[in-house]
Amino acid sequence: MSVALAGRTRGRLGGSAAPFIAPALLVLALVNLVPILWSIGISFFRYRVDHPAIPPRFVGVGNYVDFVADADIWEHFVNTGTLIASSVLVQLVVGALLALLFHRPFPGRRLVLMLVLSPMLLSMVVVGTFFNLFYDPTFGIVGIVMRALTGAPFAPLGSPRAAMVSLVIADAWMWSPFVMLMLLAGLQGTPRYLFEAASIDRASSWRRFWTVIFPSIRGVLLLALLFRTIESFNMFDLIYTITNGGPGTSTETVATEIYDTGFVLFETGRASALGNLSLFAVLVLTNLYFQAVRRQDRASYR
Amino acid sequence: MIEEEASVFAPAGYLRIAGAALVGIIYASPVIWMILTAFKSRPDALASPPKLFFTPTLEHFWSIFHRVSADGTQIFDTGFGRNMFNSVFICTVSVALALGIGVLAAYGFARLPLRGRGYYMFYILAMRMLPPIALIVPLYFLFRVTGFGGSYTAIILVYTAFNLPFAIWMLRSFLDELHRPIEEAARLDGTPELEVLWKICLPQIRSGVAATAIIAFVFTWNDFLFSVLLTGTDTRTVPVAMTRTMGADAGVDWGVFAAIGTIYLIPILLVAYFLQDQLLRGATFGTVSR
Repeated sequence: MSVALAGRTRGRLGGSAAPFIAPALLVLALVNLVPILWSIGISFFRYRVDHPAIPPRFVGVGNYVDFVADADIWEHFVNTGTLIASSVLVQLVVGALLALLFHRPFPGRRLVLMLVLSPMLLSMVVVGTFFNLFYDPTFGIVGIVMRALTGAPFAPLGSPRAAMVSLVIADAWMWSPFVMLMLLAGLQGTPRYLFEAASIDRASSWRRFWTVIFPSIRGVLLLALLFRTIESFNMFDLIYTITNGGPGTSTETVATEIYDTGFVLFETGRASALGNLSLFAVLVLTNLYFQAVRRQDRASYR
Repeated sequence: MIEEEASVFAPAGYLRIAGAALVGIIYASPVIWMILTAFKSRPDALASPPKLFFTPTLEHFWSIFHRVSADGTQIFDTGFGRNMFNSVFICTVSVALALGIGVLAAYGFARLPLRGRGYYMFYILAMRMLPPIALIVPLYFLFRVTGFGGSYTAIILVYTAFNLPFAIWMLRSFLDELHRPIEEAARLDGTPELEVLWKICLPQIRSGVAATAIIAFVFTWNDFLFSVLLTGTDTRTVPVAMTRTMGADAGVDWGVFAAIGTIYLIPILLVAYFLQDQLLRGATFGTVSR
């Protein structure tokens, strides 16, 4: 094994990190970097992966220019933004409430937590397909309950706004427990003496939350914000199975558009161009997160 | 144990316990719905209003594995056993690979001198955040050209890379928490780094490795997007095979669909129940230290 040899031959203290991180970098390069480079390259061509016999035709930045002129694409970006903003907000708020409800120990807590966590252990296809049934205007439980309450027929996926709300509910149901998990872990990482000091001071629970609990979970909250934002941005399975972009194109997002362009229309070059735009958006978001963390670290050392 | 760790906080009052139980039931209700549907006969499954009481049937669990021909004379194997094997095999191998390669890299980042460490760590995290759909377009093509399309190698490689960034970040944070003196002593004695990692560090971060494994497992087990586009007939995983119950004209065969969902949920539910503490640590990507 080259790794073992390299580790042994370097006798001096510390050795080199290179042989240890090389396998990881190799795998990431193979599965992530090479495809990205190929994708950047092909985005300047008109190319269909289902017709390999037809050579790619160079179109320069044509694929990208098309997007600027294409009102539909901007609608997809707006849909994606709406979906991310509402879904992440709901998940963070509900997740925080869940964490506050579950942070105290009680008998049977393990079992009840398991019930709350069960949604995120399901396959997205299962969640999506079942929510599609729940939202069915005839058989769906949502329609049945609303009909009983208002007397009027109700189709949750019938109008653009209701379809968006339906997606947010399904996404939040599945992933708010994950935010809860993160915050619970954050709460348990809070130094015990801070709580003791606060209770000796007889601080009100409101004050205690803002002076002790909130600062100690701020980091985790930021991470939850990043992770859920990006996962919502990347969300595909749920949209595909629940609304499939409908009604019309009102819940079509960047991710479903890439899928449709790449695997339904097989316009590989164009799909790659759109993929690269979304890669860029994700890199910017991740970078912003890193800067926020660095700023917070600096602030806490002050 | 969670119960002990949480003792920072006072025990919950009755009102809070009741609220928590209610919330638990609300969250689990669609899951319970699915499990009930798996045992309902076809007419009962779509009854309106939904039936809470019904005569349970096991026919859907039989139908997961068997398909009756149109004239009712022949019984075919649906290949579900193979799908289940694929899910377990692909998941286990790729999570194990991600842990193995990940712990090496994490050790390199945590212990050994490296210029530009921060940049490497940033790019590694960024790799985890990339939109899968944007990666699949080129991957689909590259696997097709190289002839790896639909092979175990292809899908395992992709899942390994998908879990790797997360594994490196997690494991590094666990390594960072360890006390150094024993390691330093071993290093002074001339112990090779690989042996320090294997014999001194790894035994101490065992629960961290478990935490990483379970989160990676949950993500891989339920993945649909990579699997649907990158696996072939022989390597199909269960989330993709499930879609065969969704006929284009007949609609979804709810009983069989729910039965597959139920069977597929059981292993992951058991793992998550017994490793709940690890799940809790894993959720923060190891950024919270105790």
